[in-house]
Amino acid sequence: MTNVQRDQAPILKVENVAISYETRYGDVEAVRRVSFEVGHATTFGLVGESGCGKSTVAFGIVDFLGPNGKITGGSIKFQGRELVGRTENELRRLRGDQIAMVYQDPMQALNPSLTISDQLNEVLTVHRNISEAEAWKKSVAMLERVYMPDCSNVMSRYPHQISGGQQQRVVIAMALLTNPALLIMDEPTTALDVTVEAVVLDLIEDLKRDFDTAIVYITHDLGVVARVCNEVGVMYAGEMVESGPVEAIFADPKHPYTQGLMRCVPKLGSTKESSRLYPIRGRVPAPKDRPKGACIFAPRCDYVTDRCHNELPVMEEASSEHRVRCFHHKEIDVAAWKPSEDLVFDLPAVEEKESQEPILEVKDLRTYYTQESKSVWSLVGLGQKRYVKAVDGVSLEVPAGKTLGIVGESGCGKSTLAKTIVGLEASTAGKAEFLGFDITVPVSARDIKLIQELQMVFQNPDSTMNPSYSIGQQIGRPLQRFKTVPANQVREEVIRLLHAVRLDESYYDRLPRQLSGGEKQRVGIARAFASRPELVLCDEPVSALDVSVQAAVLNLLLEIQHEFHTTLLFIAHDLSVVRFFSDYVAVMYLGHVVEFGPAEAIYAPPYHPYTEALLSAVPIPDPTAEQKHIRLEGSVPSALKPPSGCVFHTRCPRRTLLADGGLICETEVPPWRYNTEQHRIYCHIPLEVSRQMEPVVTAG
Amino acid sequence: MAESEQSNPVSTHPSRWKRIGSRFSILFASKTAMIGLFIVLFWVLAAIFAPLLTPYSPTEQDYKARNSPPSAAHILGTDDLGRDLWARLIYGARVVLVMLPINDHLWLPIGTAIWGVLLGLIVGATLGLMSGYMRGWKDEVVMRGLDAMMAFPVILLYMIIIAAVGSSATNVVLAIAIVGVPGIARLVRSLALDIRTRDYIRAAELRGENPWYIMFVEILPNARGPIIIDAMLRVGYAIFAMGTLGFLGLGLPPPSADWGSMVAVGRRFILAGSPWAAIWPSLAIASLVVGLNLLADGLREETMRYQ
Repeated sequence: MTNVQRDQAPILKVENVAISYETRYGDVEAVRRVSFEVGHATTFGLVGESGCGKSTVAFGIVDFLGPNGKITGGSIKFQGRELVGRTENELRRLRGDQIAMVYQDPMQALNPSLTISDQLNEVLTVHRNISEAEAWKKSVAMLERVYMPDCSNVMSRYPHQISGGQQQRVVIAMALLTNPALLIMDEPTTALDVTVEAVVLDLIEDLKRDFDTAIVYITHDLGVVARVCNEVGVMYAGEMVESGPVEAIFADPKHPYTQGLMRCVPKLGSTKESSRLYPIRGRVPAPKDRPKGACIFAPRCDYVTDRCHNELPVMEEASSEHRVRCFHHKEIDVAAWKPSEDLVFDLPAVEEKESQEPILEVKDLRTYYTQESKSVWSLVGLGQKRYVKAVDGVSLEVPAGKTLGIVGESGCGKSTLAKTIVGLEASTAGKAEFLGFDITVPVSARDIKLIQELQMVFQNPDSTMNPSYSIGQQIGRPLQRFKTVPANQVREEVIRLLHAVRLDESYYDRLPRQLSGGEKQRVGIARAFASRPELVLCDEPVSALDVSVQAAVLNLLLEIQHEFHTTLLFIAHDLSVVRFFSDYVAVMYLGHVVEFGPAEAIYAPPYHPYTEALLSAVPIPDPTAEQKHIRLEGSVPSALKPPSGCVFHTRCPRRTLLADGGLICETEVPPWRYNTEQHRIYCHIPLEVSRQMEPVVTAG
Repeated sequence: MAESEQSNPVSTHPSRWKRIGSRFSILFASKTAMIGLFIVLFWVLAAIFAPLLTPYSPTEQDYKARNSPPSAAHILGTDDLGRDLWARLIYGARVVLVMLPINDHLWLPIGTAIWGVLLGLIVGATLGLMSGYMRGWKDEVVMRGLDAMMAFPVILLYMIIIAAVGSSATNVVLAIAIVGVPGIARLVRSLALDIRTRDYIRAAELRGENPWYIMFVEILPNARGPIIIDAMLRVGYAIFAMGTLGFLGLGLPPPSADWGSMVAVGRRFILAGSPWAAIWPSLAIASLVVGLNLLADGLREETMRYQ
């Protein structure tokens, strides 16, 4: 990014673009007044919550808006040539092979019935008119460029035979084969696990440098933006409200919306004792409800004046290259910001009933799924049975009223562990006791009193409520079923619960589809707490929500937990959220708990090598923070045949610390090493060695 | 509290009307569905108001005017026994769409074709929900049994059933239901397989709900869209089947007005120069089946358009 390059004309210049979609109720303007430029070797991040129009902008650039979308105004110039208003054939000629796209889900971007080589070669033989043999050579070279291990072998495989991270690398390689001038990436790492995401983000960073490509990077994750982008445009409700260099946006956000977003995300290391999350009040207006001829953020802004409601703000220069769409950006002092009354709540100091009696005690719990082999014998039940060891010897204990966070990547068994505890899966072996009840049996064999004490909050807001029944009926059902309150008081109790999750009683008769994602999640929480359970299991309750909504839901859970003195099991993959929310943390890998202890002990040395790798992979929403660079090789082994000895030995970056390069890790099961009475690590590395590791993250 | 109880009916009613209104707006948005609805409504209304729409009874014979072409006295003409074709046609529609004769004195509202489909729906949905939700050996047993039934050609199955139990309106209902069960069960099973993976089913299981409660209260209402559209198509097929059975002499016993047997009898006089007795009931069957298909297709397209 030298000055010479800056002087050149931008690759992409978007000016005042407006895009509309046709619907049954007339045209809806999804995007308006969006302007930005992307130059050589620059990554421009488009950030915003869902429904703010960032993907629509990307699809507008390549004219991929579908049969009911159209660009209604403004101009999009690609390498100086106008793209708006051209026919499809003209567009194809203008763009040529100069624009490439990478989508969120690599499995859908690759054709499952063609080999990787077919798909890569096709790009070259079609666009470059070269021979198959030469295309093969170039494709292999490109796969090497994206750090694909074992390239020539991968070429002859089908997409399902390589891992998700490798698939995304193939998609990126495919996009880069024609050396495009512009690369549009729409949430390319959202579907990936955090350690894989880290590797792909490194790759994107390298490629931008080497290929001199302009990248438009769309994401909702502020941490990812901080890691890969040079410039950022913040979108809100279809408009761009702020744009500028990434350091300026993070260090000195000018627009009240951007400032609000920053207050919504927990920093890695912040805890519920030391800090609060402040959600932005209100919700993003639907396109047809957006204020006209006024600032679109005015209804939710803390600094709103009459002028904001009556006049349309324009993009103003706050400093060179840092533009903001706000009348008052000069007067706003972020440091002096105080949360409004309704956002402040005090968690009453819990009188420490230091009984420390664990309410839930799990010992050596195992849950295996049987998988029949594909032989003829298995048809008659004589085949060899194999076991997917989803949970393989987990022990943990949770004190009453505390929160245990369970982290780990997909496939580590955290969801199976949760399902076993609540009884949706039957355990294979081991002991699990809750309030003295045996909970190794499935829910159908449990006493109704026990069922009542164990409830769950689900991940996906869209499927957590039954679409056919009103909110009131659905919260009322557990009340009737468990006879929590007399039948004639169900309605009052439901309304009380609605108030507890900060919804008013007008929601009683609404149907789930009339609610936003965050509201549905609140109702899901109300339903889980309706039977006044002792333990509530939260399976990724906020991972499908936007950051501002996520903050509100987390606050709500904290509040309710304190009100009911409930014990929570909190499953998540976002380490900042877990740190913020939990008292204890269990880190899981391949069916095992590899590290267990109080939250603050997990996030500081000594680490388990896997915890260390996880922490160094988390994207941190702070471009100045220093993070250790540890990347895991390969992919998670199959739970059908877990590695011998320590399950992590195939990928462990710290094995070299041991004698013989960690030969012992392959042969012997590691011991539990107790750092403190509560903090234990499942590793061969002696504590004296791992204590000397440096912390992974140091604030900038 | 008192205040909220008073305000509630007021606040829910508009939304309920709006809900019903929005459901019908889907119907009006599709031209296909509107044409279908128009045809179906024509037959339903003609059937309901049959006694008002013709001065004749369907069995009244006029020996002086046999096989006569359309005229002022008989707007669609008469058949070989001099019975008014228009009267027979709309009374025939009654049996199909608005009433089910049990015996000479007793009849139930809602027509034979619709009863057949409803009965098939009840049995098929129960089996489908059981297989789809409970899985395991119950699924295998039910689905293999239904597969075996599906192996029979439909027309053969109809003939076997009617030949076994004899021809009457009730038995036609039974035949339509039995033939419809495998298809309905498969549809409901596939929907249940999808819906059972949703989180709200987990939530119900975590309340320790009875499996039958989960199947009928939690799953079934969410499968209603595709089931309703499928049922409309099935009513069309059932009408077609009734026509076929009537044509083969296995339908309602004479002299009741049955479209299929009208075609069968009228067929003999086509070459004799009076095709009317065969043409009108054929057109009636065709138009009603086409109408129901258009309605179902239009609804399906319209519900999928903006997804």
